[in-house]
Amino acid sequence: MACVASVGLLMLCLLVVLSLAIGSKNLSATEVFHGLFAHDNSRESLIVWQLRFPRTTLALLVGASLGVAGVLMQALTRNPLADPGILGVNSGASLSVVLALTFFGVSSASGYIWFALFGSALASCFVYVLSLQRSRITEHSRLVLAGTALGATLGACTGIITMFNTDTFNSYRFWVIGSLADRGDQIPGQILPLVLLGLILAFITGPALNSLALGDEQAKALGTKMGLVRVLTLLAITLLCGSATAAAGPIGFVGLVVPHVLRLLIGINQRTLLVFSVIFGPLLVLSADILGRVVARPGELEVGIVTAFVGAPVLLGLLLRKRVL
Amino acid sequence: MRTSTRFIPRGYWLLTVGRATILVHRRSGIVALLLLLGAVAVAGFTVATGTYQLSADNVLQVFFGGGSQLDQFIVLDQRVPRAIAALLVGAALGASGSIFQSVSRNPLGSPDIVGFTTGAATGGLLVILLAGANSAASIMAGTLIGGLVTAAVVLLFALRRFMSGDRIILAGVAIAAMLAAVNDYLISRASIENAETAKSWQYGSLNAISWGPIIPLVCVVALAIPAALIASRALRIMELGEDTAFGVGVNLKRARLGTMAVGVLLAAIAVATAGPIGFLALAAPQLARKLSGAPGISVAASTTMGAMVLVLADLLAQRLLAPFQIPVGLVTGALGGAYLLWLLTFARSSQSSS
Repeated sequence: MACVASVGLLMLCLLVVLSLAIGSKNLSATEVFHGLFAHDNSRESLIVWQLRFPRTTLALLVGASLGVAGVLMQALTRNPLADPGILGVNSGASLSVVLALTFFGVSSASGYIWFALFGSALASCFVYVLSLQRSRITEHSRLVLAGTALGATLGACTGIITMFNTDTFNSYRFWVIGSLADRGDQIPGQILPLVLLGLILAFITGPALNSLALGDEQAKALGTKMGLVRVLTLLAITLLCGSATAAAGPIGFVGLVVPHVLRLLIGINQRTLLVFSVIFGPLLVLSADILGRVVARPGELEVGIVTAFVGAPVLLGLLLRKRVL
Repeated sequence: MRTSTRFIPRGYWLLTVGRATILVHRRSGIVALLLLLGAVAVAGFTVATGTYQLSADNVLQVFFGGGSQLDQFIVLDQRVPRAIAALLVGAALGASGSIFQSVSRNPLGSPDIVGFTTGAATGGLLVILLAGANSAASIMAGTLIGGLVTAAVVLLFALRRFMSGDRIILAGVAIAAMLAAVNDYLISRASIENAETAKSWQYGSLNAISWGPIIPLVCVVALAIPAALIASRALRIMELGEDTAFGVGVNLKRARLGTMAVGVLLAAIAVATAGPIGFLALAAPQLARKLSGAPGISVAASTTMGAMVLVLADLLAQRLLAPFQIPVGLVTGALGGAYLLWLLTFARSSQSSS
């Protein structure tokens, strides 16, 4: 486990440097370090501090948020398929961003961040209400079915609104792919407190999530305050998914794939899963972002596209293994 | 005398057709019949009313060869083909969904979730946006190829080690999400005019339907839906689980492949006619099951439910924001989704098992 952690951290550091170096103008390692520490008005310094540093920080924050949110969501719903995309939380954020664009004249990323947060909060609460109906939603697939239904309903509303507003549609079609580029350099600072709060809540609930995995009866017998744990976890999921989606748009697969890969590597202890997903979520998002900058030169592929193309084969690979889910 | 000794479970009818006897779940049969009548009635209402006002008398005249030329054009060339398309596409999606859900033994195993709809959309978008082709035939070809290739890839993954329902669904979720990203990407890179066209097509629409695509639709549906109904007996047995089905002597692999082929064919013709209408194939069998209270998924009730939902949705799509026409797929998505959510959350469920 220590080995996995150190390899993960090492790779993450390497990726941070690569993320600062690679782009439409590549920088060498020395140029990156000069740019980082010189603080002069040299071109390297400007590129590193104004373009790539905010983007890299955003990737780290978004990755950590989505990875941890995935672990929490899968534990809370006891559903290995839980993912903000699959349970309809992203559709909630999308609809509320479209509403913001259409009816409130919001046009900048820092403007609709609160709308996205609000939308995913509503959708997460709804998923929570559904998962409370223990007697009715007994199996895994029922909750996913409900999530799909929620996604279809909200997605159709989004579709109807974008149908009649060309301007909204034009902004929305770029937001919905999920990208870390050109989000403005205040965005990481704006979501940082929310993400930190979400992470703290996640770690507070960590031990209780282990007893939650044993089933309601067992967890109660162990003295877990079920209601409190559920509310805190839900709050953490909302903060994490909401701020990630608000900052970068809906990015799929991170919340699904990271917990699965980690379970294969380090087992099923929820606390260690949470710690490791703080490293491996950013690892996935950052490498996807860098890959997107490299493969489509001189343009770039948005991170949401790349995570889908990296995440789906990983999921398929997991399926082909013997012990799956 | 022989039939009276035969065991007939409660709530079932024993129908004798020639030498064959079929057990029919009584309430499913009634529900299917009522839905069929309802769907035809709604379709009739859609034909008789609309922005262009016609009296019942006018409509009847048109059907008997009379009426003005404009009346004839509106009724025979615009409203009737659209109503027929709504009925048949809905029926095809309902039947296809019930087959997929029975084989995968999971309500999520609909053509939407296994990536067929999304793959079809990708195929169509590639034709519209990259090849710049706008003819109905080329878009149709693109959607069919896209949907079939996606379904084939998903099934190939699922076929490795014995084909189980969960694997099909998970492989489908993964591939569908990947293709959804491709679709969003294609739309973001197109010019705004092209993107608008592609978007309204992507949701599935019956707005511009004419007699041309109706003919292949009628032919395929006329062959495939009876095949689906005949296969429903094997499907019932497969729902009992692999071991039981094997014990009763059903060749699982062949039965699965055969029924899946029918299901894919039905989904394909629906997409080729109206574009990728999402969610109907997933919702119709579940709604039918709730109404009929049957232990499994009834192909007949799902088929008629699909037709009913789509004619209703198409009526709403035409009238809700008239003179604007909403793509019907958005209406099915919004309504089907909301209703399914309500069922899952608040409705008292009598059979929560399976």
